[in-house]
Amino acid sequence: MSLNIIVLAKQVPDTRNVGKDAMKEDGTINRAALPAIFNPEDLNALEQALRLKDANPGSTITLLTMGLPRAAEIIREAIYRGADTGIVLTDRALGGADTLATSYSLAQAVKKIGNYDIILGGRQAIDGDTAQVGPQIAEKLGIPQVTYAEEILELKDGYVTVKRRLENGVETVKAPLPCVVTVNGTAADCRPRNAMRVQKYKYAASPSEAAALSDERKALLEKRPYLNLQEWSAAYVEADPAQIGLPGSPTKVKNVENVVFATKECRVLDDSDAAIEDLVKELITNHTIG
Amino acid sequence: MANFYTDNPDLKHHLTHPLMEKIVALKERNYSDAEKYDYAPLDYTDAQDSYDKVLEIVGEICGDIIAPNAESVDHDGPSVADGRVTYAPATQVNLDACRKAGLMGMAMPRRYGGLNFPITPYIMAADIVSRADTGFENLWGLQDCAETIYEFADEDQKQRFISRVCQGETMSMDLTEPDAGSDLQSVMLKATEQPDGTWRLNGVKRFITNGDSDIHLVLARSEAGTKDGRGLSMFIYDKRDGGVNVRRIENKMGIKGSPTCELTYKDAKAELCGSRRLGLIKYVMALMNGARLGIAAQSVGVSELAYREALAYARDRKQFGKAIIEFPAVYEMLSVMKGKLDASRSLLYECARFVDMYKIYDDIAKERTLTPEERKESKYYSRLADALTPLAKGMGSEYCNQNAYDCIQIHGGSGFMKDYACERLYRDARITSIYEGTTQLQVVAAIRHVTTGTYLNLINSYLEAEVKPELQSIKERIRVMADMYAKAVEHVGKVEDQAYGDFMARRLVEMAGVTIMSCLLLNDAQRNDSFRRSAEVYLNLAQAEVTKHAEFINTFSPESVAEYKVL
Repeated sequence: MSLNIIVLAKQVPDTRNVGKDAMKEDGTINRAALPAIFNPEDLNALEQALRLKDANPGSTITLLTMGLPRAAEIIREAIYRGADTGIVLTDRALGGADTLATSYSLAQAVKKIGNYDIILGGRQAIDGDTAQVGPQIAEKLGIPQVTYAEEILELKDGYVTVKRRLENGVETVKAPLPCVVTVNGTAADCRPRNAMRVQKYKYAASPSEAAALSDERKALLEKRPYLNLQEWSAAYVEADPAQIGLPGSPTKVKNVENVVFATKECRVLDDSDAAIEDLVKELITNHTIG
Repeated sequence: MANFYTDNPDLKHHLTHPLMEKIVALKERNYSDAEKYDYAPLDYTDAQDSYDKVLEIVGEICGDIIAPNAESVDHDGPSVADGRVTYAPATQVNLDACRKAGLMGMAMPRRYGGLNFPITPYIMAADIVSRADTGFENLWGLQDCAETIYEFADEDQKQRFISRVCQGETMSMDLTEPDAGSDLQSVMLKATEQPDGTWRLNGVKRFITNGDSDIHLVLARSEAGTKDGRGLSMFIYDKRDGGVNVRRIENKMGIKGSPTCELTYKDAKAELCGSRRLGLIKYVMALMNGARLGIAAQSVGVSELAYREALAYARDRKQFGKAIIEFPAVYEMLSVMKGKLDASRSLLYECARFVDMYKIYDDIAKERTLTPEERKESKYYSRLADALTPLAKGMGSEYCNQNAYDCIQIHGGSGFMKDYACERLYRDARITSIYEGTTQLQVVAAIRHVTTGTYLNLINSYLEAEVKPELQSIKERIRVMADMYAKAVEHVGKVEDQAYGDFMARRLVEMAGVTIMSCLLLNDAQRNDSFRRSAEVYLNLAQAEVTKHAEFINTFSPESVAEYKVL
């Protein structure tokens, strides 16, 4: 059985290799100082998709990403590893989106793609750490969702069986297709780039990238249609302007503070219940916990 | 998130050597494959970009998968049951990664599913893999056997076997037997022709690296009653046909992840590769030259890791109130390690480029007649490749052993414990100067280039090149070394005594080797300032070596050889 698989992925700043200039003075991320990478758990999701493709010859994997035009980089990365094609959903109007607006926009793009059997994505992105986008897309599409997936055990007869990695153990669930599966970082690592595919697709470009290319390279894109990556706008996916970007985002960032943990404040408590109760109350009052 | 290619700019320096432009244009037949294959390069820049990108994959797999696995592979090792080998679990993970990355037919033509890379970037991958895990480099490097099939097998065999190697099936070269090690003429494995034209193999092989591979190249005696090399032929054994079992695997000192097998052949079906009787005298010689270059690369990889481990430890370890790297005794050791590393790497890639030049011409000659100039050039590079291969293997492997030794020395007592990689490295390094021809046999292969003047001519051609003013003094000193070498050759040549000649051969070959490597580092420094230090440091070492050997040769009376004879 051949499947139409969509993999949701995000290009993120590499917050795992943070240098001194990673944050601006106002506390926001200095994206220019951090290399942009394929969100790690999305790579885990891609590997699950590639395994489904290995087991179901003829399947196609479409990578869908929302972001700046340069996000085409992760589409190439995915194609090097075995994905078939990719779409960058990019538009100034989509900028500043929170998870609600992002999931709406992506759900619109998924609807535009139309025919799909399963949607895979990483559990969460390392820049926001919300783990909300995958589940919200499932809700907006009105299909089931399986989160914290570690391995897709089986896909047949319209159902997918998934092993979930939870805090207290492992759970195996079965869900009808189509559905959304978000994959944990504990799942198998993504396979390496394939040498032949890298050579074949290294000149793949989205329309915005192509605009900046030499005539020679433009000619190559014309000669080899498979090198053309797609770029979709908000209007193309028929997104309601009120539900996308900043206007569509109820989450407003009020202030970002740079919290520095210092060990200088040390207090010794006695081991009475009263002392512990006082401490807990204090921590709740100053919002350290709760 | 380590990348063993991008973290080492020296590699790109060698990959972008000026001769590469010609090599790639010849290899790609002026980029005519671009019309037929969607992954073939469009021009030289594009080809270099592809090598770069593919080596980045190699570097990433090495840094993220193979190197972190090396310790467990060394610990677990392979096992054997019911005649079959099971790799250490992490070895299997390494192999799967290389297969999925499509790296197993790097140097094979595209029509068999390969990447059609020249030998130089392919050897560079071996250098990188060896730094990650020396033992795994053996499994990786055995894809080289496909080269022998490509050169000598018939088209049908190429189609059937090379494409499988490109898909990731592994190979082995079954040469050694209990009574045929360095002396392969004594191979006894019996090959008997069947009425249907296939052959049956019977006998035993020993010390076969990756002996349970999918496709074997086997050296066997096809001519009953013969006793020498002319009775031996090359066969291809396909594991799918069965008949070869692994009786045991050796418990080795190092490269423990690479299974070294004793094989029993019981009516094993095999097919002849190439012509009868040419097994040893032509095919194994070709196979060995490729394998020796592979070991040279493996050695450089070991040297690289030894240097890095030693450097990191010396920076970190504090004694007497400061990092030990600040002590002259330690930093001298480190600089000399780096000098040997850089020298052997320059020699490795010089040799690889020469191999590329003549092999590509050989291949072109199958399609069309070479022009007289091309024939001349091919012959020139073939000779140089033949001259540099034993030097690269012999001296590179000795250097990596010395570097592994010094790496432990810099670690002090900690280096003697199992806690640091240097201990494994020391054990892994040891085989490089033994297999695929011991250092002593490399001297045997190299000595004729001493007597016929190949080395001296090469040195002189290097010294013809103009150098920057600041490198002039290095060049002058190399000239002095070259003179000492030439005089020593003349001195030894005057004495007509075989034993004396053999006795001095190692010294002459080493003198040539260190002088050539000095020239190469001078050339590197000319192209890239970052090599200047190594050029200076290595030159000091090389000049002292040449002087030492010259002194020994000058004061040694030929009759004294008898004093050394131990019976």
